[in-house]
Amino acid sequence: MKKQISKHEYQKMVDKKAPGSHIVRNLFAAFITGGAICSVGQIVMLVFKNFGADKETVASVTSIIMVFIGAFLTGINIYDEIGKFGGAGASIPITGFSNSIVSPAMEFKKEGYVMGVGAKMFLIAGPVLVYGIFSSVVAGLLYFIWKQVM
Amino acid sequence: MIDILKAFLLGGCICIIGQLLIDLTKITPARIMVIFVVSGVVLGIFGLYQPLIEWGGAGATVPLVGFGNTLAKGVIKEVDKVGLLGIFTGGVKAAAAGITAAVTFGYIMAIISKPKIKS
Repeated sequence: MKKQISKHEYQKMVDKKAPGSHIVRNLFAAFITGGAICSVGQIVMLVFKNFGADKETVASVTSIIMVFIGAFLTGINIYDEIGKFGGAGASIPITGFSNSIVSPAMEFKKEGYVMGVGAKMFLIAGPVLVYGIFSSVVAGLLYFIWKQVM
Repeated sequence: MIDILKAFLLGGCICIIGQLLIDLTKITPARIMVIFVVSGVVLGIFGLYQPLIEWGGAGATVPLVGFGNTLAKGVIKEVDKVGLLGIFTGGVKAAAAGITAAVTFGYIMAIISKPKIKS
């Protein structure tokens, strides 16, 4: 008779098999991918610095270009492949932020341009903006109070 | 050239932290992105992220932590300039380029491109 394996035991076995070499591989891939994307950003920055743009302009233009690269590579179905290889290395740079906008928007196009593209664009970017902006307001309020007290 | 190498190292290390969180805790990538932006705001408000930007340039600004830092720095600047109103205007003002670019290019690319048929 075959030995019955409970769900719990099975999960334990999977967990035992899963880490180790997988984690090392994933970390390496994330490092390479994230590093490469940031290097592209640095090159863009250096180019615009050479044009004599001031610091803030360089920062803004760099994020615009990186966002464009991320959106473009997603549109031609390349960024998702980078994501499969690089994991967090592809999702944490700002190119991953624009990937998270284009990817669901493309997928849900069939649900229409308002509730499909328009709404689903923010499936992941929405939470990022909500928590980012909300925490900046909290931070601003705390800073304002601190300034009054000190 | 050395700047590019530094950006590579710092950006890579920040992404390793994210990957570690995903692999060890099974937090979804979407939550990691939220955590990174909020961490950026917290680091930014205390001025702790600026040294990383000085050292690693795009290695610090391109990851989402840098986006959070931009929000925090913007809010501080506007509070200094216009006071209470700056709490509401500073963050998005500083991050406007990135947000508007993401919405614009994201929308255009989603309209003109076709999703790959999943096999």
